[in-house]
Formats: sequence, structure tokens, C-alpha cells
Amino acid sequence: MRPFTYERADSPAAAAAAVQRRPGAKFIAGGTNLLDLMKLEIETPAHLIDVNGLKLDTLEATPDGGLRIGALVRNTALAADPRVRRDYSVLSRALLAGASGQLRNKATTAGNLLQRTRCPYFYDTNQPCNKRQPGSGCAAIGGYSRQLAVVGSSDACIATHPSDMAVAMRALDATVETVRADGTTRTIPIAEFHRLPGDTPHIETALVPGELITAVTLPKPVGGTHVYRKVRDRASYAFALVSVAAVVQRDGSGRVAVGGVAHRPWRVEAAEAEMPRGAKAVTAGLLADAKPTHDNAFKLTLVERTLASVLAEAKG
Amino acid sequence: MKFDTPATTNPIDQLKVVGKPTDRIDGPLKTTGKATYAYEWHDVAPNVAYGWVIGSGIAKGRIASMDLEAARKAPGVVAIVTAENAGPLDKSKRNTATLLGGPEIEHYQQAVALVVAETFEQARTAAGLVRIDYTPADGAYDLAAVKDKAEKTKDGDSVVGDFAGAFAAAPVKLDETYTTPDESHAMMEPHATIAAWEGDRLTVWTSNQMIDWMVTDLSATLKMPKDKVRVISPFIGGGFGGKLFLRADALLAALGAREAGRPVKVGLSRPLMMNNTTHRPATIQRVRIGATPDGTITAIAHEGWSGNLPGGSEETATDQTRLLYAGANRLIGNRIATLDLPEGNAMRAPGEASGMMALEVAMDEMAEKLGMDPVEFRIRNDTQTDPADPNRAFSQRQLVQCLRLGAERFGWAKRNPQPGQVRDGRWLVGLGVAAAFRNNLLTKSAARVRLDQRGIVTVETDMTDIGTGSYTIIAQTAAEMMGVGLDKVAVRLGDSSFPVSAGSGGQWGANNATAGVYAACVKLREAVAQKLGVNSADAQFADGQVVAGNRKIPLAEAAGADGLSAEDGIEYGDLDKKYQQSTFGAHYVEAAVDSATGEIRVRRMLAVCAAGRILNPKSARSQVIGAMTMGVGAALMEELALDKRTGFFVNHDLAGYEVPVHADIPHQEVIFLDETDPISSPMKAKGVGELGLCGVGAAVANAVHNATGLRVREYPITLDKFLDRLPAMG
Ligand SMILES: Cc1cc2nc3c(=O)[nH]c(=O)nc-3n(C[C@H](O)[C@H](O)[C@H](O)COP(=O)(O)OP(=O)(O)OC[C@H]3O[C@@H](n4cnc5c(N)ncnc54)[C@H](O)[C@@H]3O)c2cc1C
Ligand code: SF4
Repeated sequence: MRPFTYERADSPAAAAAAVQRRPGAKFIAGGTNLLDLMKLEIETPAHLIDVNGLKLDTLEATPDGGLRIGALVRNTALAADPRVRRDYSVLSRALLAGASGQLRNKATTAGNLLQRTRCPYFYDTNQPCNKRQPGSGCAAIGGYSRQLAVVGSSDACIATHPSDMAVAMRALDATVETVRADGTTRTIPIAEFHRLPGDTPHIETALVPGELITAVTLPKPVGGTHVYRKVRDRASYAFALVSVAAVVQRDGSGRVAVGGVAHRPWRVEAAEAEMPRGAKAVTAGLLADAKPTHDNAFKLTLVERTLASVLAEAKG
Repeated sequence: MKFDTPATTNPIDQLKVVGKPTDRIDGPLKTTGKATYAYEWHDVAPNVAYGWVIGSGIAKGRIASMDLEAARKAPGVVAIVTAENAGPLDKSKRNTATLLGGPEIEHYQQAVALVVAETFEQARTAAGLVRIDYTPADGAYDLAAVKDKAEKTKDGDSVVGDFAGAFAAAPVKLDETYTTPDESHAMMEPHATIAAWEGDRLTVWTSNQMIDWMVTDLSATLKMPKDKVRVISPFIGGGFGGKLFLRADALLAALGAREAGRPVKVGLSRPLMMNNTTHRPATIQRVRIGATPDGTITAIAHEGWSGNLPGGSEETATDQTRLLYAGANRLIGNRIATLDLPEGNAMRAPGEASGMMALEVAMDEMAEKLGMDPVEFRIRNDTQTDPADPNRAFSQRQLVQCLRLGAERFGWAKRNPQPGQVRDGRWLVGLGVAAAFRNNLLTKSAARVRLDQRGIVTVETDMTDIGTGSYTIIAQTAAEMMGVGLDKVAVRLGDSSFPVSAGSGGQWGANNATAGVYAACVKLREAVAQKLGVNSADAQFADGQVVAGNRKIPLAEAAGADGLSAEDGIEYGDLDKKYQQSTFGAHYVEAAVDSATGEIRVRRMLAVCAAGRILNPKSARSQVIGAMTMGVGAALMEELALDKRTGFFVNHDLAGYEVPVHADIPHQEVIFLDETDPISSPMKAKGVGELGLCGVGAAVANAVHNATGLRVREYPITLDKFLDRLPAMG
């Protein structure tokens, strides 16, 4: 871990100003991902701005019937909120399928969206990794890639985004609210928030340096049956091999987002038209351009079978 | 005390204290945080500096250059140790690769430097500034690729009769190959050591299972006299064989302390534990079984391949097959190839843990071919003598009883022999069985016992407690022998200034270490009798008193102001040559498989064990349920994922290397058969801590087969290996 300086910000504007004073600074929320990465010198910020005091830890109804989730709302609190459990239960289930109780108590909404990949080569600084060290190569391609992406990957990187929460938020059409270092604010649809790796796998989101997430907003509830199914090698405390977040309406229509398959939560709206025709048809559209490796080709079958099971469950 | 004839009645048989499910006496120390683990001795070594180990970034080759400049100038840095300034070092015969590498590199993450600084953080930061250039060389990393170059091991093959002929002639045959992956011990406590020099004397506070091996190997490596090294390791946060040996933490702490001129503390990070220390090596195993239609085995062959660094030993995965089942024609042996991976070495139940995962699935497959119940097939081929030497009987062998009792308790009769038939909602459900088998090993073990004027009995031995319960069973042994309550016994372990014990490994600790304490107590009883002027054979030791004739004297009085002390050990004759000493059991597992995703979840487990006298049913049960848990891990998830191009284990942390969590482990039940084995030791006990692991993985695999009708012969059984063979989704 490199030495760093640290300050606490007490308002979003102050956090933005602090970032402007110290380019290259990072925000720290729960610290459950950032600190691990700093210990391994995968992240080496010279300055940390603690955002825990920003008072962004509340949930509030939006005028159009949706829900605005403060960036600092803990995963535990979000999963337990009665409105989330009632109207967005796919999100509650996704959160509870992630990490462990202790981690969820610390983990924040913004931090969860921004957690970095679990590609094992990313974690070994002896290995080439374009995401960690742009231009150094990708040790995972041709290596051990069982966990890694099957779709949307590039010749530079085949990592996945590991979040469960983000998969549910993708299915719910959430939007991300931010404030930039110059104080201007904007709203980013979740579909545009996480990027595909392309030639620049180190650039993972639409955020610009120093941009602070203030909230994530969910549109008004869409009803339907909410299912989150996470498939993993052990029963708990493991990242998904694949996961499926689905909202299924009584007529069989609905939405599906998939985790564990790509550099971002994976959703193909066009494929959802096939939902009444079943999992095979939907998966064909979802994973049309899949380029799996030898180790992870099973994920194609797994997505289809998991989705079939989810749809059967939703039908009741 | 020489033990060369079977035990007769002795004071242990009273079972007033021994055999009771006593809570562990070191429990309160652990739950209150007072037990000092290696990294947590905060006041023994003032002015301690912190060392951070740098491991090699390549698996094979040479260090071309190492730039220490920036690190030396970094804040707080006190010293840097590399092979260049470490001075002459030897390699002990128990280490395969050198513990401080360079310029030659033998495996990934082989230690190449230790950076010592005022604080832990400074040491780690400075280590990040060391620049190393390597000249990599080609290595062999993939066992399957070098299998054909493997050689027979020095033990040679066990050949009985004419296997080839009998197998060819057998009406029913099986010929299958199974693989087990590399595994990590993954114990909670990392390898850690504090080292301090006083002149030419070295003391290390460490975490090690075998104190005397550690003293021997550390002094040999440092080329110094053995009596100048003291090793202290009273509490160990798990080892599973990963802490049997001197490892880089202890050697580098000693070298760092010498270089820095002050005590140094070193803990290995989890990635280093995965690639720098030892692991259970992967195996390829071919099993062939031939039988007549009534289920009598006529031919059995088991060949096992594993790899290791040059000079390293093989995984003895086929050894149990020499002893477990009858069969007139046999061919059994291990083969070893050279691999440039981190050193392979013992992990809990080395040999059997991997070997039973193959053999006991093969038995299940064979039973299916024969149309026989797998429990009955095993019983049909039971043997009460060593199949290679009919004159050599087992000292005790209750395998059949274990299988039968287990079948009854588990509800085996309800199992549908037709696989893939039982459904519970979206789950496919099945039952599986496997035998458990592990040898009972005898090693000499000594102890010192002191009696003081308060009537307190203090036992000292360099035996270790790796979480197993050694403190408690040793206290029970001394209490039984001296006729006192547990509150009058103090146990001190894990210090090389105490008599040399068996140590903890190979499930030999409990029986041998307590037998050593028994021997010392016999001597102390003689000393007490002599002091009191009574005949020791007539003296009864009970309720804190010595009763002889009509005299009743408190033990404390016998001790007198100076106290009494006795030291002795157990040494074995050739009873383990005359008899085969093994432990037996049966594992029953119910598993459910998600018919859509292939996720496997174990629902119920039962182990029935026959392992001699159970010294403490509570700690023995803990050992067995822990072992069953480890077996679920081995069957379903544990695998050091190998990068075959560059030769290292990629999933080098506990997020990547999955072991079972609570949610994976359902109801577990353990039954111990009432057994004593007078041929084993005066304690009439045997090992049990590894028995519980041997066979579990196969029972899980067999349950998965019964649930789905699918066989996966490549462990771990993860869903990617059979998903495409599950029934189509409706
Ligand atoms: C052992 C383990 C297992 C896990 N298992 C799972 C799992 O199964 N599923 C899952 O989904 N997750 C899992 N996680 C990940 C966990 O969910 C994340 O670590 C957590 O959500 C991160 O939140 P945080 O608040 O601690 O983020 P931090 O670590 O504080 O920050 C993460 C990143 O977000 C940035 N950041 C934080 N807040 C803001 C903000 N307001 N604006 C802009 N940038 C910000 C930080 O600069 C940093 O780059 C696991 C983690 C661990 C350690
Ligand atoms: S897949 Fe991406 S994260 Fe993994 S090694 Fe390649 S570049 Fe790095």
C-alpha cells in the first residue's frame, strides 16, 4: 500500500471541490473494495476523500412515484427497506445474494456500482493486465478464464463486472445521478453507466475523473413477479457464475438482465420480446454475439437453463 | 516405556476422565483472545521490526537483476535480506525447494527477499519498490502432459498374483480414470513467526505442528547447533499439514532479525500461502476392478500419478488399495513426474484423501455394473487380513459394522437404486455411500510430568494442539493416571524445551502423545509410591489420594515441598509389523442437484467410525465433522486453478479458492463404534482426525450420481462438468 493523505468531506460540493484541488484523489465509501485494492497496490491513490459524511444515506420517494437511493445507503439498509422489498424485490434479493452480512453493512450503493472485477489475474501484480496496467497485455486470455466474460469482451480484456446489485438495477432501468468536480450535475441511465472493455478496459464507467455519485434513482414500480437467481459453486459468499434478474408480467412479457457474463450487467432489450416464447429464444438474442473461452463456454447453457428455471418460477 | 506386547488392563481403563466428552480446556483462552498465536506475542520481543516477503514473479528461471535502491531508501526500512547477503544456508531434507530462492528460481512465489522496516505498512510499501528482472526458463506444469514420463516410486508396486490375467478373465470389469486437483490447506491462521537472537541463540515464536522437526530443520538450514534454537508454538490456528515443516516465514524472520540486529516478525500473505508454501498435489488415478457376477473381486489395480519438484515425494494415493478390499490378483503403485510447481506435500490424510475419492467411486461404479447394492458389494469383499500377506491380521477391523450401522441409521434401505428418479421440487435427490479408511501410525513420544505440593500435576511435552484438542486429551490422560480431577492438571505444549513428542500430523498425535504422557505418568506413580514407601503395584491413585493397603495419603503430601517429577516416553516394538493397524468408517451422504443449474447442495451426512478408544467424544466429533466438511469441499469446490502456461495457482486468495461455508454444510452426524485396540498403545486408541476425511468426497460423488445418473470423474464436481448432460428443461 502506498502512503496516502486523507480528508473528510461534509457536502457533495465540498467533495467535488476537494477533488479539484487534488487530481487523482479517490473517494472512499465503505472501503470494502478500495482498501483491498490499495493493499495490493492495484489502486494507488495519493489522496482519499471520505464521502461517508455527505448525508447521502437516505431513501426518498420521487415525485413521479419512483425511489431515490442516496449514494451512501448501505447494501443492508437498501435490501431491508420496505419499499424496496415490496416494489423492487428483485433488487432486494440481488443485494442479499451478494457478499456477506458484514460486507453488506459497510458496502454502499455507489461503491457497489463501482466495485472492480474479480478477474484473478487483475489481482496478481506479477501478471500482465490491461485493466490494471494499460498496454501490458491480458493474462486471462488463454489462461484460467472459467469465471470470465462470454459476451461483449474484447481482445484486450475478458473481465466481468461482479456486482449483483447492478444487475437488478439494470433490469429496473435505474439512473445514476452525479456531480462533477466543477460542480455541474448530470443523470446517466444505467444502461450507459458501465462500459464494455474495448481497447480501454481500465475505463470502466461513464464517470469522468473526480465525478461523484450522489444517488441512484429507480423509476416508478413496474409490478410483475421479481426473481433474482444467482448460480455459484458454493451456497453463499461467492461471486456468481451467472445470475439472472427478471421481472415477469402475468402475460409472460418482462425484462431480464444477466450477471457474470460481461464487463457490465448484460441486458438486450430486443431479446425480451421473446420472453413469452421462453428461455431458449430469449437467450439466443441475449447471447447472440457471445465469444466464450474454452473454460467458460458452459455459461451459455447455464444462462439458458437458469433463465428457464426463473421463468418457470415466475409463472408459479 | 517400550510397548511391544498388547496392552492389558491399566488405569486408563477406569474411564473416569478419559472417554468423557469434556469441553476443551483451552477454550476460554481462545474465546477471550488470550491464547497467543504466532503473530500475537506482543511483549516477548521488544523493539520488533516487521518483515514482508517478496515472492518470485516467475515459476522457473533466474533473477537477472534485482534493484533494491528505492526500497532501501524508503521510509522506515531497516534491512533487506536476499540470497546474496543471507550468508551460507543449507537446505534441510524435509524441504524440497530452497526457502530463500535466487538467483535460481524453482517455483512461483518462491521467496526471493525479505524487506524489514519499522512498521508493517512501511515494509509492505518498500517491498513494492523492489524491481526484479527475470530470465524465465521453460518448465513443466501440467501433470497430464508429463504423465508418460513419470517413474515408479521407490516403494515399488505391490503385486500379488496375476492381475493382468485375472482382469482379462473377469466376467465383470471396470476400468476408469479419475483426477483430483491441487488443493490448498487454506487454514485460517497464516504461517507466521517472530524471531529473536540473543548472541548466538535463536528463539522463534511460530505456528508449527512438529516442533522437533522445526528445531532440526531451522538449525540445519542456518548451519548452527540444534541446541541453540528454541521453538515456541503453543497455539496454532489450523495447519492441516501446511505447517508440518520449516517454511519461509521462520527462516526469513531469523535471517531478518540477524541482519536487522533486532527481533523481526513475519507473516505470509494469503497469496504467498497458496504459491509459496506446500499444497496437496493433483493426481491422475486409474482403477481397474474385475469381479465374478456374485460380486467377488478377483482382480484389482490402482495406479496413481502425481508430480513434484525434483527430489519431492509422490502423493501416495493408491496405498489404501493395498489393504481395503480382498482380491487375489493385485497391482498397486504410485508414479511420480517432475513438475515445476510449488512444492507438493502432505495435506490432511495425504494419500488416502485423494485415493479414496477414486477408489470408492470405482467401487460404486462396479456395484452398479454388478447390479449389487454398493454397501453389500463392499461387505462381500471385506478382508480381516492384509490381502498381500494372509498371516498378517488387522489389529481391529470393523468396517462391516460401520457400513451396516450407518445404513440402518441413515435410512439406506429407502434409497432408490435406479439413479435420477427422486425429485423434490426442482431438486434431484440421491444417496451415496463410501468406506472410510486411514492407517494408524505409531511414533515415539515423550513427556515430563511434575507433581507439586498443591497436588497439581503439570504435563510438559512439545506436542502441539492445532485446534484438535491435544491440551484436553492430554489433561484427561494425566488426570486418569494420577487420580485427580481435570482442575488439578496443567498442560504445557509446543515448546522445544519440553520432551520431544509425536507432534501433530498423519492423525498420529492423539494416540501417541497421550501414550507418551501415560508412560511418564507410570513413572511418576512409581516415584510417588517409592516416596511413600508403598509398592507401586498395590497403590491406587484416586480422588487426589494414594491408597495403599489401609493407608490413604493425599498426593500433595507425597509431592512434598520440592515436588516430584518424571520423564518418559512411549516407544514401539514391532506390533505394527505383526499386525496391520488401520482405522475404518463409513460415510453416508444425501445430496440434491438443481435440475436446472446443476448446483449441488449436500443435505445430510453421517459418518460411522471405528477408530479404537475415543479419548474424548466431543473433540473427536469435532475432528470428524470438520473432516466431513473438508470432504465436501474436495468433492464440490476446492481446486487450486493452475495456469498451465506459466505454472502458478491463479486463485490465490479465499475469494478465489472456495472452501465450504456454513450454508453448504447441513446436518452432520457422527457415530463412534465402541472399540478398544490393545495392539495400538496403552491408550488403546487410534487416530481419528483424518479418517473422517477419507471417503467423504466419494460418498458425495456417489450421491450426486444416484441423484442424476451422471458420473463426473474429474474433481471437483462443478456444474460446468455435467450441465450439458442434465435432463432437458421442460
Ligand atoms: C469477500 C468479498 C465478497 C464479495 N462478494 C460480493 C458478491 O457476491 N456480490 C457483489 O455484488 N459484491 C460482492 N462484493 C463486493 C462488495 O459488494 C463491494 O466491495 C462493495 O459494494 C463496495 O462498496 P463500498 O462502499 O465499500 O466501496 P468502496 O470500496 O468504498 O469504493 C469502491 C469504489 O467506488 C468509489 N466510490 C465510492 N463511493 C463513491 C461515490 N459516491 N461516488 C463516486 N465514486 C465512489 C471508490 O472511489 C472506489 O473506487 C464482495 C466483496 C468482498 C470483499
Ligand atoms: S481479463 Fe481484463 S482484468 Fe483480467 S487480466 Fe485480462 S485485462 Fe486484466
